[in-house]
Amino acid sequence: MAKKSIKIRAKTKGGITTVKALMTHPMETGFRKDKKTGKKIPAHFIQEVVCKWKDDVVLSANWGGAVSKNPYLSFKFKGGEKGDPIELSWVDNKGMSASKSVKIR
Amino acid sequence: MTTDTKRRIFLKGSVAAGMLGVAAGAGLLIPQAVLAAWPEKAFHAKKLDAAIKALMGSSDMTASGDIKIKAPDIAENGAVVPVTVKTDMPDVSTIAIVASENNTPLVASFDLGKNALGFVSTRIKMGKTGDVIALVKAGGKIYSAKKSVKVTIGGCGG
Repeated sequence: MAKKSIKIRAKTKGGITTVKALMTHPMETGFRKDKKTGKKIPAHFIQEVVCKWKDDVVLSANWGGAVSKNPYLSFKFKGGEKGDPIELSWVDNKGMSASKSVKIR
Repeated sequence: MTTDTKRRIFLKGSVAAGMLGVAAGAGLLIPQAVLAAWPEKAFHAKKLDAAIKALMGSSDMTASGDIKIKAPDIAENGAVVPVTVKTDMPDVSTIAIVASENNTPLVASFDLGKNALGFVSTRIKMGKTGDVIALVKAGGKIYSAKKSVKVTIGGCGG
């Protein structure tokens, strides 16, 4: 599961690389109540996402529980050539983490 | 709704199980930047101004036409509202997305590296009808733009 928890694609065109990523995560806000028990479902969401191109951090994000379940993220950066590695990693509020690396296409 | 609840339980279970293996190697996997402090105060702030101030150090902002927000006019499902923020301003260091009527307004903030362009796209939850506000910190100043989104089914309640 952990290994499959990130889907990422990076494509370069005209000197600009577009990265699209999908993460598998419940993203519980902590405000929702369990319909059967009436108890609050504890918060469980991704807090930090970091994306690296080779060794440079191109984007780092801080998220709250209001990012949708199974978060989608897309961004662009200058540079990047076919075959360069792109690595995305996240850490959630329970300290779980995952990362995945792909090559730019 | 029952199938959805089951799915959630299933997801949780499998995530938890899968993570055990990763936990051991986590120390090695986490890049340095990830360890930077998560701005808890900003994300827990219930007031818009307080959240912005906690995140960016100031809540003085200038409305700007150079920030483009792409979001639906009417969101049928508040749990999944696609939002894209785009700007051509120079020296953009941070882009933040805020949902004005949410319990805790700050949704996400993105710190851009030196190569990153002023473009982020993600999906957010909105509790009810309100404004999606994009904040852009460029050259030390904060600029903002907003777009109202009508939510027919909220995505933050039970």
